[in-house]
Formats: sequence, C-alpha cells, structure tokens
Amino acid sequence: MTLLRAFAQRAVDSAPQETPPAVAVRGLVFQRGKQTVVKVDTLDIRRNDVLAIVGPNGAGKTTLLLCLALLLVPTAGTIAFDGVRAKDMLRQRRRMAVVFQDPLLIDMSVQENIALGLRFRGLDRQTITQRTGYWLERFGIAQLAHRRARELSRGEAQRVSLARAFVTQPEILFLDEPFTNLDGPTHRALIDSLAAVLAETGVTTVIISHDLKDVLHLASKVAVMISGAIRQLGRPRDVFAYPLRDDVQAFLVAHRTGGGLAAP
Amino acid sequence: MDVVLDGIVQAFWLLARADSEVVRVTLLSLAVSATATLLSVAIGVPLGAFLAMGRLRGRQGVISLVNTGMAFPPVIVGLVVTVLLWRSGPLGFFHMLYTPWAMVLAQFILSLPIITGISMAAIQQVDPKLRLQLAALGASRLQTFWVLVRETRLPLMAAVMAGFGAVISEVGASMMVGGNILGETRVLTTAIVMETGKGNFAVAMALSVVLMAMVYVVNAYLTFVQQRGRLR
Repeated sequence: MTLLRAFAQRAVDSAPQETPPAVAVRGLVFQRGKQTVVKVDTLDIRRNDVLAIVGPNGAGKTTLLLCLALLLVPTAGTIAFDGVRAKDMLRQRRRMAVVFQDPLLIDMSVQENIALGLRFRGLDRQTITQRTGYWLERFGIAQLAHRRARELSRGEAQRVSLARAFVTQPEILFLDEPFTNLDGPTHRALIDSLAAVLAETGVTTVIISHDLKDVLHLASKVAVMISGAIRQLGRPRDVFAYPLRDDVQAFLVAHRTGGGLAAP
Repeated sequence: MDVVLDGIVQAFWLLARADSEVVRVTLLSLAVSATATLLSVAIGVPLGAFLAMGRLRGRQGVISLVNTGMAFPPVIVGLVVTVLLWRSGPLGFFHMLYTPWAMVLAQFILSLPIITGISMAAIQQVDPKLRLQLAALGASRLQTFWVLVRETRLPLMAAVMAGFGAVISEVGASMMVGGNILGETRVLTTAIVMETGKGNFAVAMALSVVLMAMVYVVNAYLTFVQQRGRLR
C-alpha cells in the first residue's frame, strides 16, 4: 500500500507542470438588480491567445469584458491572472489595458494622451518620451503628436487610443468594439495595423467584435455569447463552420446574411 | 445723477492720491475674500469631486444640504458665526470675533457650498465612461481626481469666480462678525453701508466704484486664466 502511494505520488510529481492560464474565470456571475447579465462557468484564456467574443446586442459581452478588466465587480465567482486571484486591483489593472468603442481622449495633446498611462505608473520622462515616440510612429500618427486630441477625426482618435493602450506594454489587452462607427477604408487600415502589432507583441488579447470577418482576421479563438453565457468556444473557422447549438447557428446565420461573413 | 458723477470723480481722486484709508480697506477686502475663496476651493473642489464620484450612503442628503447652502443668507451665517465665536460660545476661546479671521470664517461658510456645488455639477457632467477609461489606464483615485479637475477647469474657474463674487460683495456677515472697526475690520462693503447711513453718498459712491473696479480686475484675471485653459 505504501509502495502504491509512493508510486502514485511520483506520478503526480513527474507530471508536466502546465502553466496556468493568463486569465481563468470560474463561476462568474454578474447581476444587475435581479437580472443575471453574465453567467460564465469556466473560461480560460491562454497566454498569447487572441480571444474574440461575439454575440447579439445585450448578450453581456461588454459586462464580461469589464469584469475581466477589473472595472466591474462581479456578483459571484473568481478571476485569476496567471493562477493568482488579484488582491491589489490597481496593481493588476496596471498590467492590463482597455480600448473602448469611444476613444475617450483627454483634452490635451495627442502625445500627452498617449503618455498618460505611463505617467500614472510614475515612469521617468526619458522612458515616457521614448515609448510614446515609438508608438506614435507605430500607429502612423507621429505627425499628430502636438495636435489637440479633441480636434482629431474618429479614425485618428482611435489610433491614439490604441497607441495609448500599447504604450503601457500590457500583459493582457481588452478591446471593446474598437472599430465600430469607422468608415470602410479606416476600418480596414486599423484592423491591419492592429493585426500586425498583435502578431509582433504576442499580447494576450480579448476583443469584442460584431464583424465576423475581423474575428477571422485577428482571433485565434472565438467565444459565442448569448443571453449572458458562453454557448460555444473554439477556433473561429471551426465555430463558424460547425455551430453546435441552434442559437449559435441562428446568430451566425443572421450575421452572415447581414454581410458579416460569407457562408463557409 | 450728480451723486454718481461726484462719486466717480471722488473715487478717481481717492485712488490718484492713494488715500491710505481707502487703500487699507481695499486691501483688507481683497485679503479676506481671497483667503476665504482659496480655503473654499481647497476644500470645496475635492468635496465636490467626492460627491460627484462617490457612492456614500446619504449622498443625496449631503447634496441637498450643499445646494441649500448655496442660498445661505449672509446675515444668518453672520449670526451663527457670532454665536459660535462669542466669548461664552463654543469657539469663544479663539478670541476671533471682530477680527479679520472671523470675517474669513463667515465668508468661507458662504462660498464653500457655492464652490462645492458648482464643482460637483461640473464633474458630474464628465462622461462616466471617461472615469472608467482612467481606471483602465491605471489611474489611482488621486490621479483620477486630478485629470477630472483638469478636464473641468473651465467650469471650475466659473465656480471660483462665483464663490469670490458672493463673498466680496456680501455685507451682512462681515458687519456682524467684523464689526466694521476702523483700521481693523473695515472692508469696502461695510464702509459703503456706514457712509450711506451717514448721508455721505459721494464717498459711498466712490467706495462702490473702487469695489466694482476691484471685482472687475479680479474677474478679468480669472477669465484670462479660464480662457487660456480653453485655448490650450
């Protein structure tokens, strides 16, 4: 019996130590009043994953993203980052970045806007100048550095918003429909810029999108969210080609016929 | 009409020859009201931001109190401060009654709700998503406060102007807690009341012109600062 126990223990010890997911969600519930807005039993986001969350309006996508970004406190459940539940919220938030649908720039210059997150982190002036300079160039907005942020076009403002997120070198990036309300060419240009930067940095990303073509272009995984729950999770081509549930299929069909994606 | 013209001419001469009493009264008015306004800004702006951003229990009640405070009659404030600072009153041991500091206290009580109320309204006007964005950028509470103050600097300057305007022009409280003592607590408004009571309309008019000129200069400067912020 002792021998058996020792053998079992050695088997456990020698098992490959799997690195914990960058984000691990367990039993997450978010209620507004009596209404359950989000109910996600399990969700693991691996390092370097680009997870797209799709779903109809009111499915709870943004609420889930805000909970993951520690900007909303869930009613129940846990969120662990690299296997550890965050205790110091501010410290954990400073390891992440969020880009919202609206660029939400401050009434200061483009350069100052991009530097804001670094100033919050107390970085020295030289590092701030160096990093903002790099990301201004990277998103093709160096010529706008000294312009007032409020005078920018929507496309330019969203580039600033993306640069402001990347400049902080986040470990996890959250994007909440960042390309909505952009015209076609600006949308495509921004998607291409983002795809290149994501490939280059390898940052773990969660993106909410309504555009299934964008999902195919950017994401390594997709979660279909309906009525607050994740109904299907997998590689975009698999999920889009083989929906496992009627509600998922109905959502995908509605979006394909809406011009979002050609039928597989 | 003659009284007005005579008053303007007298004001010109009082200023031209730098009449020591007028200069002293003018500087004391400025010092008392500026100190009270600065103290109100130091407390009122953070308090306004806290009320705008916070979720404390009874917030609605505190806001109602602040809004009521914006309409405090100066004589009632004067009465309350007098009772507090009276020799046998709870703050009598400070021996502040009939000193400029008593006037500062009364004017502070008058301007604090004005500056708090306008600051709160200004910060509440900011898109709530912007606060979420600042939190997402890793801002601490203090950093969020500073950015929001920066974002609302135009209405906040309006709050400062409103607060200063309310106290530089009030007379009831200053008269009650200061006593209008020559060389000690006489300020422009109390001097105007006294000269009017004595029938010296021209002098009262001259002091009024000085008061209006001072209010204009201070507000012109604050407006310059405010509009410079807009253009930046």
